[in-house]
Amino acid sequence: MKMKAIVPLLIFIALVILLGYGLTRDPKKIPSPLIGKPVPVFKLPKVLKPGESVSNMDFIGQVSILNVWASWCASCRVEHPIIVEFAKKHPLNIYGLNYKDQRSDAKRWLKYFGDPYLSSAYDVTGSAGIDWGVYGVPETFIIDKKGIIRYKKIGPMTKEFMENTLLPLLKKLENES
Amino acid sequence: MKKSYAWLSGILLLVISFNCLSAMNLYQFDDETKKARFKTLIHELRCTVCQNQTIADSNADLAKDLRDKVYKMIQAGKTDEEIKTFMVSRFTDFVLYNPPLKPGTYVLWLGPGVLLLIAGFFLYRSIRSKNMEEQSDIDENQKQRIAKLLAENQKDSSND
Repeated sequence: MKMKAIVPLLIFIALVILLGYGLTRDPKKIPSPLIGKPVPVFKLPKVLKPGESVSNMDFIGQVSILNVWASWCASCRVEHPIIVEFAKKHPLNIYGLNYKDQRSDAKRWLKYFGDPYLSSAYDVTGSAGIDWGVYGVPETFIIDKKGIIRYKKIGPMTKEFMENTLLPLLKKLENES
Repeated sequence: MKKSYAWLSGILLLVISFNCLSAMNLYQFDDETKKARFKTLIHELRCTVCQNQTIADSNADLAKDLRDKVYKMIQAGKTDEEIKTFMVSRFTDFVLYNPPLKPGTYVLWLGPGVLLLIAGFFLYRSIRSKNMEEQSDIDENQKQRIAKLLAENQKDSSND
């Protein structure tokens, strides 16, 4: 009889734990299937120099970062100054992927808010974005020396993230052969 | 007066039907099977930005891009399987409204059945124990009384 009275309580506790765990997870964050895979093949013109291009080959040989941004993206507006500030202190091998933007808007953005990127690829149709599995801007990928995607950050990077997660990871990847 | 209402409802109907057709009408197919495949596929793929809509229902920019991509891939002669693999390799199984059965999705697919079994087991047990309780409501004394009454009743009726 006593055992029976406890059963609903146990079920309730199990449910609370399950639902509580569910609450700690953000459904907006879809794990990237690209982690551990090579950078998708692409070749796009640069935002500032349309005659030159950025391609997957640029990601081989050194640890690098790809930051997906757009002038229409509100959270990028928050993230951008943090990247600019950070790039001044730490030499970052960071490329931009300008996602579904107008070139004139993108240029103005870089002029007003600063340009921390080695160069930004101009993806006006969003086709490279699909290959990278981009579904929300901003997104940031961290790529190792062999051109393998090792980490993906969805949403704007914060100063804390850059100091506590990004930097140690970059150092770790730098030490890999 | 009546005529103007007829006009109004006519326009309303037109607007509604255009709304429903718009996603399909943008894409031209040379044969009906391709069109049907396109329609099925866009209803099976999730819009990863809006999360609870298919790319057929969503007006999000990305949903439009994905519809375009599906259209192009169908036109290029890709199979449904190839198109789904393409999407999954970029956006994980989450992009499928009908995810495959594999270790990662066992809970998703088998969970409801397991819960039903557990619930059924408890229901069975509670019904059975209730029956037992009802039976045990009658104690030995009462049983003897019943037997006596029944026996008397039988005597009475046989005497008639």
